[in-house]
Amino acid sequence: MSIEFILLTIIGLSAYSFYISKKKAAAISAINGAEIHSQPYYHGMYAAFLTISPALVLLIVWSFIEDTIITMRLRDYFSDITEPSIANFYIEGVINFVDDVNSKAMDHVNFFTATEYYKSTMHLNLLLKSIVLVMLTIIALRYSFKLISADFKARDLFEDVVIKVMNIASIFAIFITIGIVLSLLFETLRFFESVPVQDFLFGTHWSPQMSIREDQVGSSGSFGAVPVFTGTILISIIAMSVAGPIGLFSAIYLSQYASNRVRSFAKPIIEVLAGIPTVVYGFFAVITVGPFFREMGIFFDIEGFSSESALIAGSVLGIMIIPFIASLTDDALSAVPRSLKEGSLAMGATLSETTTRVIIPASFHGIVGSFLLAFSRAIGETMIVVMAAGFAANLTANPFDAVTTVTVQIVGLLTGDQEFDSAKTLSAFALAFVLFFLTLILNVISLSIVKKYREQYE
Amino acid sequence: MNNILSRNNAEKRFKVYGVLAVSTAIILLGILLFKIFSTGISAFNQSYIGVKIEINNSINSSEIDPRTELRQQLRNMFPELTTRAEKRTLYSLFSSGATYEFEDLLKTNEGKTINDYYYFLASDDVDMYVKGTVKREGDSAGRLMSDQLKILDQFEEQNLVELHINKYLLAGADSREPEMAGIKGAIYGTFYAILIAFITSFPLGVLTAIYLEKLAKKNRISDIIETNINNLAAVPSIVFGLLGLAIFLNFFNLPRSAPLVGGLTLGLMTLPTIVIAARSAIKSVPPSIEEAAIGLGSSKVQTIFNFTLPLAMPGILTGTIIGIAQAIGETAPLLMIGMVAFVVDIPGGPMDPATALPVQIYLWADSPERAFVERTSAAIMVLLIFLFLLNITAVYLRKKLEKKW
Repeated sequence: MSIEFILLTIIGLSAYSFYISKKKAAAISAINGAEIHSQPYYHGMYAAFLTISPALVLLIVWSFIEDTIITMRLRDYFSDITEPSIANFYIEGVINFVDDVNSKAMDHVNFFTATEYYKSTMHLNLLLKSIVLVMLTIIALRYSFKLISADFKARDLFEDVVIKVMNIASIFAIFITIGIVLSLLFETLRFFESVPVQDFLFGTHWSPQMSIREDQVGSSGSFGAVPVFTGTILISIIAMSVAGPIGLFSAIYLSQYASNRVRSFAKPIIEVLAGIPTVVYGFFAVITVGPFFREMGIFFDIEGFSSESALIAGSVLGIMIIPFIASLTDDALSAVPRSLKEGSLAMGATLSETTTRVIIPASFHGIVGSFLLAFSRAIGETMIVVMAAGFAANLTANPFDAVTTVTVQIVGLLTGDQEFDSAKTLSAFALAFVLFFLTLILNVISLSIVKKYREQYE
Repeated sequence: MNNILSRNNAEKRFKVYGVLAVSTAIILLGILLFKIFSTGISAFNQSYIGVKIEINNSINSSEIDPRTELRQQLRNMFPELTTRAEKRTLYSLFSSGATYEFEDLLKTNEGKTINDYYYFLASDDVDMYVKGTVKREGDSAGRLMSDQLKILDQFEEQNLVELHINKYLLAGADSREPEMAGIKGAIYGTFYAILIAFITSFPLGVLTAIYLEKLAKKNRISDIIETNINNLAAVPSIVFGLLGLAIFLNFFNLPRSAPLVGGLTLGLMTLPTIVIAARSAIKSVPPSIEEAAIGLGSSKVQTIFNFTLPLAMPGILTGTIIGIAQAIGETAPLLMIGMVAFVVDIPGGPMDPATALPVQIYLWADSPERAFVERTSAAIMVLLIFLFLLNITAVYLRKKLEKKW
């Protein structure tokens, strides 16, 4: 008997509970006419809920407790190992050996006694678990069946349950944020145990590989993240200088000048740019934009033009964020009341004068908000820079040089085989923490600007 | 007068800037799509070389070693090649997949005799040369050396080099050899991951949206949830990858590289998009309908599930499709949870190691072989066409089902 089988049994019992409770309620209502409080369907649903929930709760609690107890017991077999992480390694080996046919036995005196113990305990545990869960479900089923009567308020109770479930679902989104913050925070704090905060934030030399060597004394010097941050900002600025003018002027043209026909044709096409996966842009940067810029570099005879230069990654990133700026700015421009525009035109101003002197000042907050949002997109974008920019961290403001970004470093540090405790992998979490907060601050500012401004005209 | 003239000129200039900006954006999109499609289209064909196969006694496929037999047949075609090096050059024109194809040929002709020309998969270097991606420069072409070209020329003189439809690309799993590499495994991986993402994010997102829009009292908590969701929508995707790594892999010990973990991570990422879309869809249902339902005696929950939700469904589905389309193209979080492994088997379920289509694109784009470039473009074509169809569906749903009140 496996855990899936128990689950199926419980679900089956709950369905049965729905069926008989509905039938009983229907029978009551047939006798009493209209006097029954809730429809039979609600009696059935509430009974099914009552039947299934205690077993589910117990199942979750049980799985947590059983893990802890088993690990504690297995620890006794390896009490000669003092280092907890190595003991855990053996314990995992025991569990894998029993659960997974492919895994191999480990070299330890107690290994096979431990596996025997684990096997028999798990067997007993499963038996006990299935009996207790099924019994509990049957008791709940009987109890919920007895509850049904003409004035039992099954509908109210069931709707309360539904509302609770929705409430929990909505709180889940907060848990995601908490999860992000905690998972980043813990690893970041562990990283700062080995590398001082000020070295990370203000150091100018970034080469995380070097700290792997244990004989390396001054490993702290290689985690200075300043070049990574400046690289990110350099690429984002290049991206903004491509996307900013194109996006802004597209939005102005589409919202002020374009006829409805042009607008309904051009707007979706620009929007398509936002729907293209970033990995496609990355590939585009590698096969088209990169070679193009390289040839330009040769043509204009630019010294030290790197094939992973910030210019390539930045300009492709810029193409990607054009639609963000265009559509957000378009929204901001369209939100300006018509009366302002018409008033200005009536005074004899040309449309361009109206746009630059009336509409843009009136929607300035919205435009700034859209630029900030686009900037935060650019900072957090990963695939384009991973494919088009390099891993080498250079502290430079020269757009022809190769630079690296926060996201490139995270990908580089966390893909492939890694041990989880080294400062090298932990540094990725510290970078991600910085990235998360930077984008969060940008988002909060821009969202609040946009919101405040929108209310102004409503 | 001069003043008006310059003002009008300024007006014209301003308009030209606008036209330039819009057309730049459209031209850039055009270049991107043109480049991808023009590079990728050739990957749907593949070079095959005809070999005269002559087996005169009735075939017993279990007795024949396909590799040695195919080589024997090749040597029979070119009796003049005698040294080991020359023979090896001859074999090198073919892909290792040719052996499998020959094996299949033997199996289908069990018990018969054959004496005819059959076509076998050429190596990727030959493929690149035949398609004209690499040109002949002096003695060599790309990675094809002069002695290889000499033999290939003899095949071409007899018109034995042909382009056939590439059956490996769509129906095969990943391979180190470009000519045999396919995206079927990646498509399965994407399918399982997206299925999981949908199962987790859709119910959660819709329930959250209903609660926030219809049930929550306007207080601090609902305010916090609301700002929180808006901010989550703008969190970089790679951060979600780290969340998946820390929670699903390190805390819950779920298997690495599995579409299950990828799906859960993508689900968390898509959740805010669905919530925001569902909220605006629910908001657009006219209150008069809900008031009528309540007036007729239905409870709040009944009103929501029987009237509001069905009417808001088209909008919710449109938003969900757009969110899912985003998740399909997402690469970075999948890199974090280890879906970048080289996986040869086609995954049979969400627990098997797999990669996803965009990750496959990333891996191929990183490969040094020239032949992977066109295959990467072809994989991108498949991805883009699929996303395009999804978005068309979303637009169609919105047009068809959405009611204007």
